[in-house]
Amino acid sequence: MFGTGILKGLGVTLKRTVATFVDDLARVPSRYTSVLETSQGKILRQPTDSRGIFTIQYPEERRQLPERFRYIPMLVYEEDTGEDRCTACGICAKVCPPQCIWIVRDQDEKGKPITRPAEFYIDASICMSCGFCAEYCPFDAIKMNHDYELATYDRFPGLIFNLQELSVPTSYYAALYPKEWEAGAEARAKKAARAKRSARKKAPAGKATAAEKPAAQAVAEKKKEAAPAPKPAPEPAPAPKAEPRAKHAGGHWSPIPEGYSGPLIESELPLPPVPAEGTSPSGVPWSRIMKLREQQLLRYRQRRKAEGKEVKL
Amino acid sequence: MSDAIAETTGLPYADAVPGAVVDADEYGIVVNRDKLVEFALHLRNNEGFDYLSSLTAVDYLGFEGRTPEDRFEVVYHLFSTKKGGDGIVLKVRLPENDPQLPSLTLVYPGADLQEREVYDFYGIVFNGHRRLRRIFLWDGFNGYPMRKDWKEAYYEEEHKPYKSRWPKGHYQWAEDRVPWGDNIKYPEGWDPDTFVPPEPPLPIIHEPPADAGHIKTDRIVVNMGPQHPSTHGVFRMIVALDGETIVGLEPECGYLHRNHEKIGERNTWLGNIPFTDRLDYLSSMSNNFGYVLAVEKLMGDRGKPPERAEYLRVIMAELTRICNHMWSVGFLLNDLGAFFTPALYTIEERELILDLFEAVAGSRMMCNYMRFGGVARDVDEEWLQRCRDIVFNRLEKKIDELETYLTNNEILLTRCVGVGYLSPEDAIALSACGPMLRASGVPYDVRRARPYSIYDRFDFNVVTDDGCDVYARYKVRIGEMRESVKILKQALDQIPEGPIMNGKPAYVTRVQKGEAYGAVEGPKGELGFYVVSDGSDNPWRYHIRAPSYINLNTLEPMTIGYKVADSVVILGAIDIVLGETDR
Ligand code: SF4
Ligand code: SF4
Repeated sequence: MFGTGILKGLGVTLKRTVATFVDDLARVPSRYTSVLETSQGKILRQPTDSRGIFTIQYPEERRQLPERFRYIPMLVYEEDTGEDRCTACGICAKVCPPQCIWIVRDQDEKGKPITRPAEFYIDASICMSCGFCAEYCPFDAIKMNHDYELATYDRFPGLIFNLQELSVPTSYYAALYPKEWEAGAEARAKKAARAKRSARKKAPAGKATAAEKPAAQAVAEKKKEAAPAPKPAPEPAPAPKAEPRAKHAGGHWSPIPEGYSGPLIESELPLPPVPAEGTSPSGVPWSRIMKLREQQLLRYRQRRKAEGKEVKL
Repeated sequence: MSDAIAETTGLPYADAVPGAVVDADEYGIVVNRDKLVEFALHLRNNEGFDYLSSLTAVDYLGFEGRTPEDRFEVVYHLFSTKKGGDGIVLKVRLPENDPQLPSLTLVYPGADLQEREVYDFYGIVFNGHRRLRRIFLWDGFNGYPMRKDWKEAYYEEEHKPYKSRWPKGHYQWAEDRVPWGDNIKYPEGWDPDTFVPPEPPLPIIHEPPADAGHIKTDRIVVNMGPQHPSTHGVFRMIVALDGETIVGLEPECGYLHRNHEKIGERNTWLGNIPFTDRLDYLSSMSNNFGYVLAVEKLMGDRGKPPERAEYLRVIMAELTRICNHMWSVGFLLNDLGAFFTPALYTIEERELILDLFEAVAGSRMMCNYMRFGGVARDVDEEWLQRCRDIVFNRLEKKIDELETYLTNNEILLTRCVGVGYLSPEDAIALSACGPMLRASGVPYDVRRARPYSIYDRFDFNVVTDDGCDVYARYKVRIGEMRESVKILKQALDQIPEGPIMNGKPAYVTRVQKGEAYGAVEGPKGELGFYVVSDGSDNPWRYHIRAPSYINLNTLEPMTIGYKVADSVVILGAIDIVLGETDR
């Protein structure tokens, strides 16, 4: 009968509404378990036994992000010494699939390399959030930040993060990655001992402001506000405009290359017969296909009739 | 090589067609292009290789041991839908100055779009192809981008990692390096203002027995898309109509094209894994799976993942299948006019599954979870518990709920039954795969035909339906979700403890010289990765057999003779994702 489908459809919606209320009542005061109240809003985790709606009212409510969530990388520095963990070894720059990490290794006056970055850029508009840099960094220096609200008005330089913008203290990292932080405690103790031996005196400038910030909650504030973005990039002069054009080798230009209308390759054997006009790709005539289509409908109707659920098709 | 030599060296199928097989390497049979059509006919008719799965080309410019005489190689992967098992690989070698060969579209009509793709990327001409036009790139595009000597506008170096990034990585904005500050490169002396585009592509007109009755009708051509909500992205169908009946249809794609495969050749082996996520972005886990399988074939023992990793891979792949089919069913309802209410109901469970992905892999859709010889991260007991909760308590109920509301719904029935008929012969001939093929009654599933990973351990059915129409496709998808739940239950019960990675994670991948084709039964069909390695850190060739692209072969024959409104549903039931179609 026509119309039952519509009623059923409305029934679905009604059922959903009721289920949502029931869910709510069962979980007074809030329908979400383990809700975290922060200055940014409620942080929620979706329960698996919910029968009602799943929607979250972003930005007042946010989902609780799992520890492994990855967005854009951040660089961790030791909070107590102010030293970067990064040694400018370059592995992250090599492993980065879209090649959006740029590192200038620091050097002393004689030009000998020092194991720390002088400059470090991540082009966040190119970064594909794959997490390889964090996965393969041998010094646990680069980690994935959870801050996903990165919108700016310009791509350049707004989305080119430099060393200052990327740097976060270890406490921030510990707050974001509690489990990993726990697991790495032992390794850190060893490393701290090593670090003491070869301690560097000079903390990089510009870190002080970031270090004063309190340990971040699961949803972080932007570091950028604390450290205004200077743009030191000593860019090499752009290539002369005309040059790439002149260098171009040319190549085929016509969309159909010459030779396309030329003769078929000589073959002693005849090609398979061209399907006659009006056949489907495997050579079945359309008339037969039309018949098959009709039969299919008929078969279906009969089956429905046998089931006693006839529909008008 | 003469026939006599061919016979004495025991080349496979050497005596079937005299002079056809000229050579063979570890990977495939090299065929003389003059005899290709005849040889393929023989294989199809007498040897049972009725299914052309993948067709692609490789440019061996500068490859060790290659000369300009055999610079190009067109590679065909043939399988049998009846016998299953390993297929055979045909190769046709072409010289640099004469890259043409006969088209196989008359033997395997499914070669249609794939030959156009090869022509588009390599400039290899397929004689006898009915409409050899560019398909992804625009008609005025300069050159053939997959050739090794073609460089893109932001070209920096042949292979990643680029030297400019470290240790003197002074940031430089890519836009500064090219004229016009844009990703464009024109040939010398070419003026975009004077370019005259060729005639707009018009579909080839078929003449189905139209029964317009007493109404007098006219022929018109209608553009569906690219900006059309029903095309699932930016896809365009040029439809020729007689009255309201479709008499011709031409698919146009490439609006989302970024030459994924060229990017893949510059990338390192490892670097391609996150790129595969972006293919079919609704099922990134399956994409990872296919790619790592292909590369692991070239890694010897180091490519063998431990047990726990195998189970995790299967769990992720099957969860992905459920997500994908949920979307697919929801979108089908969208196409029928029930705008997004059913779709949102269907993706509720997907939401929970994506939470699972996020917890283990770090991202909901761009999972980047699998690695060569294992998976990236282990799951903990809490995760497994949550997963069991969802699989054992929720998914089946959800599928039942969907069935209650949809399977016998009048609107669904009237719009879907008997629409988009695709006979089993046509489905095979057109290289249709996945639910499309199985909804035409062909029980072909890569998980069964060539079991990979540990799929041979699970008890599941290959869901088929002999309806051959949109409704059958819907039912096959529902059935496959049930089978996936079945596999998931077994996998979650059996998953062992242990390592998740063979050896230590390393960012440099040692891959032997050679070729490999790894295919998985993705949610949309056979998802294959064909890789060629020259033993270096980067793939020489990285090709994707994209199910949603190849399934588009069926679109034209399926829509002929139906009303224009049906084309929306028929396209919806193919279940394409443009990220994968356009690559
Ligand atoms: S972040 Fe890690 S991998 Fe990257 S340069 Fe620094 S230490 Fe090396
Ligand atoms: S997350 Fe991936 S893309 Fe982004 S910087 Fe790290 S390695 Fe590069």
